[in-house]
Amino acid sequence: MKGIATHWRLIPQRYNLVGTKCNTCGEKFFPPRYVCPKCRRAGNIEEFQFSGEGEIYSYTMIHTAPEGFDFQKPYILAIIKLKEGPLLLSQIVDCKPEDVEIGKKVEKVFRKVIADGDSGIIRYGYKFKLKSS
Amino acid sequence: MSSRVAVIGIGITEFGELWDESYRALITKAGTEAINDAGIEGNEIDGLYIGSMSPGLFSGQEHVSSLVADYSGLAGIPATRVEAACASGGLAFREAYISLKSGLMDIVVAGGVEKMTDSPTSSVMITLMGAGDQEWEAFKGATFPALYALMARRHMFEYGTTLEQISEVAVKSHHNATLNPNAQFKFNVTLKQVMNSPPVAEPLRLLHCSPITDGAAAVVLATEKKAKKLCENPIWVEASAISTDTIALHDRRSLSRMDASIRAAKYAYEQANLKPSDIDFAEVHDCFSIAEIMAIESLGFCKPGEGGKLTEDGETKLDGSIPINPSGGLKGKGHPVGATGIAQIVEVVEQLRGDAGKRQIDGAEIGLTHNIGGSGGTCVIHIFSNR
Repeated sequence: MKGIATHWRLIPQRYNLVGTKCNTCGEKFFPPRYVCPKCRRAGNIEEFQFSGEGEIYSYTMIHTAPEGFDFQKPYILAIIKLKEGPLLLSQIVDCKPEDVEIGKKVEKVFRKVIADGDSGIIRYGYKFKLKSS
Repeated sequence: MSSRVAVIGIGITEFGELWDESYRALITKAGTEAINDAGIEGNEIDGLYIGSMSPGLFSGQEHVSSLVADYSGLAGIPATRVEAACASGGLAFREAYISLKSGLMDIVVAGGVEKMTDSPTSSVMITLMGAGDQEWEAFKGATFPALYALMARRHMFEYGTTLEQISEVAVKSHHNATLNPNAQFKFNVTLKQVMNSPPVAEPLRLLHCSPITDGAAAVVLATEKKAKKLCENPIWVEASAISTDTIALHDRRSLSRMDASIRAAKYAYEQANLKPSDIDFAEVHDCFSIAEIMAIESLGFCKPGEGGKLTEDGETKLDGSIPINPSGGLKGKGHPVGATGIAQIVEVVEQLRGDAGKRQIDGAEIGLTHNIGGSGGTCVIHIFSNR
């Protein structure tokens, strides 16, 4: 069972998609990076708030789930290209599996991700749903 | 000018669900076989390199460098454990190679071992997810089949690769495994069986996925002077290369290729002064069938996007123009994570010695091993020759 601090430290990122950007080269990072891979020490990193909008870059439907995710199976996992550039991994929720396609627009929602057993910490975070046109 | 390095001994256990065999029993079996094969005494060994991904999480056992030296009857010897997820074995070989090239050691043993069946499958799955990004992939419920499924989907989208082509890899893996006495799955499967097997992470199905396996393998390396004295048929290391890439799949520049493979292949070919067309056969990392298709593209055996076609055309079969995974690969022979990189080298050496029995590739002179960590965060490539 992981400690409370591991999750608490990442709340701004997991709840609100707060990443970082490098003011030297303009590159944006989600998940956040503390060293810009291009500029390294010449980089100038500060926080950056992502909008939560993006599109589907790839997806899969998971049938064999790890501990903690069993009750959700089958669930859709996708790589999403955020509007601002970076890609991230997330579940896609609130839709029929056949509606998921590469290129479709999605937007962030706040959901429960996993719980540490029946009486442990509940960890929340971002998931994405298809953007209603 | 540092001397050449050769493999002068090999050893490998059966691969499978080996309930009667412990971690230490497996590695000492493989190690003893390798040392006997090399015809050397224990006191001639200058060092040990052991590749294991996670004996800690699988069995609660860390510090396996000390454990293996001890149980080999060699307590006191320099020993190092090497870890790079599923590339632990290949990387252990590379570290052994470097120790010989440095001039500090003359004879070294590189072993790989994993005991995966002492924990339930659900916890094995979680341990393996540690090969990816714990905070941003595992946390999201991304299993390893899922990460490779995301790559498969993009490969199909960008290049039109079909599920049939991906499935042909599995059919070939199983066929080759029937010719490998140590393989976990010594049975054939049909294309239809593969395509209709239960979905794991779509589009990947059960028979596209390598299994949970116990097993160990070991090789003895020697410097040129020692090799020529001790061995009639040393197998020479023509190249040793490694490249890393981002740990998380979503930080890669492309999902339909592995840049770590492409870079490591480039370094390896440059070192060996060889081209892809000079390679007679290769053992590549088919943890999932799509990975073999991506590997043969990265290694330059065909253009990007044509791996499916090369497979479909039968060119990667034992009697094809570029046999891939004559051992049965990770899918057919099994994938005890840390052992795999060394097991690939054992197969290449057997082929180059002419000892591969029913799997023998005629006239094999140059073989390549390709070992991946995680979803592509590490790639280790070695090229061997019998010339």
